[in-house]
Amino acid sequence: MKVDLTPVNAPSIRSRPVYATLEPRPGKLHVIVADDEGAAAVVEMLGKTNDRSGMLAASHVMYCPGPTGTDLSAQLEVLGAAQFFRAPTLPALLPRLVRVLADAHMGTQFYLAGTEGLIGQAEREIMATGFPFASIQKEHRGSTLRRVQCVHCKGITENVATDPFKCSHCGLNLFVRDHYSRRIAAFMGVCIDAEDPGQVPESVVRFQ
Amino acid sequence: MSLDFKFAPDDFGGFFRDETFRDTFTYRNSDPRRFPFPFDRDDYMYAVNLEPHMPGRKGTAFEHMLDVDEHYIAEMIDRAKVLAEDPLRCQSLPHMTLAGWDTLELIMEAKARDYPQWFSLTRDGNRWHWVNRPLGIEQSFTFLDESTLPYPPFEYIMRQTQGDWTLQDERDGTLWMDAGIATSQADWSVDFDVGMNFHEWHAPVPLAHEKGVFDRALKFLLKLQHGAPVRRFNWTMTVNPLLDTAPETYHKWGPMRTTLTQENMGQKMHLRVELQSLYRLPRSNAIAFDIRCYLCSFEQIVTVPKWARRLHRVIRDLPEELATYKGFIRNRDAMVEWLSKCDDGAPTSPGWFPDD
Repeated sequence: MKVDLTPVNAPSIRSRPVYATLEPRPGKLHVIVADDEGAAAVVEMLGKTNDRSGMLAASHVMYCPGPTGTDLSAQLEVLGAAQFFRAPTLPALLPRLVRVLADAHMGTQFYLAGTEGLIGQAEREIMATGFPFASIQKEHRGSTLRRVQCVHCKGITENVATDPFKCSHCGLNLFVRDHYSRRIAAFMGVCIDAEDPGQVPESVVRFQ
Repeated sequence: MSLDFKFAPDDFGGFFRDETFRDTFTYRNSDPRRFPFPFDRDDYMYAVNLEPHMPGRKGTAFEHMLDVDEHYIAEMIDRAKVLAEDPLRCQSLPHMTLAGWDTLELIMEAKARDYPQWFSLTRDGNRWHWVNRPLGIEQSFTFLDESTLPYPPFEYIMRQTQGDWTLQDERDGTLWMDAGIATSQADWSVDFDVGMNFHEWHAPVPLAHEKGVFDRALKFLLKLQHGAPVRRFNWTMTVNPLLDTAPETYHKWGPMRTTLTQENMGQKMHLRVELQSLYRLPRSNAIAFDIRCYLCSFEQIVTVPKWARRLHRVIRDLPEELATYKGFIRNRDAMVEWLSKCDDGAPTSPGWFPDD
């Protein structure tokens, strides 16, 4: 079977997340989660509020460097938020988010900025607690590396750059579908040579 | 049902076929004219094409609300095998339990009403007694009390019901697929799609979004009323009568698509029809979506002259994007070549049913 890879600039399909620009909103608590170049989106958002000190006094900022090593934590640390936390990686950040969510009340505003991997996984934790979808703002900045679930073995490969790529769990050659699951916080990877084993097109770098 | 279920083909007057949907592929239709042929004209394009799901012509798949046919026992054995291999094929998010009970009630009532020789349901308040003779199941339980069934209610009834089903929660002006089972699916993953909304889970379908098909369908479905179910068709092609064409196992069944020749086309290539029906559920206000799969080999389809002519024309003229999405683009030319020999060019009458 001939498999056409989705061009990077193809029109989005309807399960593909869409992102906007972060806007300050009134809230009792502002939970701000960012990685990679998402730090700059947070700084810009805070520049738009009329009550910067009031908002920062009710803000909990969590940040981790991006998958390619970009670390802008200094920009966020100097803001003077009520709480600031820098985690070394996203897996090291998420347990803190889950703990904060346990105490968060209605009226909490969520701001997610950075890579799709961060946005998707943070959003999944927030939605699992029952917060309305509308209280979560998302802005994509920085790396376009993808988090992809192998539909065959269910293992997730982080930071996928090429298409096709080899599943880091079962080793099948997968192409990256644009189809995205918010529940799994990942795109779908499907075996590219299922019908003609061994006939794998050359990998191209699609995500950076 | 358990995997040690003993199938006795002589029971029930020999009605239920002892057959397989894997390995030996002994599945076939005793009477192909019973098959729900999905094309009412000589060409095909996506459309909402929803119509009331009313009991229809005797001796067809439309006779009853739920069609229990000669493949029932064999399909339930196949489903039990798939679930044993991959429990992720049946999922229900925590808030969908009530919709699961609604579905169980819908199915038990329909089967006991339409097939009293095989199923019975006796109720004393919430104390229910269910008998499923073909599968050898007898169960007393308390309706709405999960602890009284061997599985959660959705999975319990799905292990006794043909067709893949999804349950849609309604909120924020759309439908969310928050529960589902898929063991006879045309290459979509319930594990990946559970939790998605209506437009998200249909996202990979080509051409239809642009035509507004999903916007119109959603608008229609949000108005669906309890007691007024609707239905539509979908279709694709499958090499060998393989019910479980799951993306999860695509690397295992995909190579079958390369085994076709003009000599084996008639036996191996199957038109795969989904008779889809939708029901508003009374307590949960969720919508149950039944995707019932029927398979018929090309050689059995062409025994009906009208269907032979029409299938040839539909496949020949189908837009390339659709043949690609439906997964048979690599075999389309060979299929058309084989089918062309069964099409004498005569006009066909409107509608699905055979002429005589």
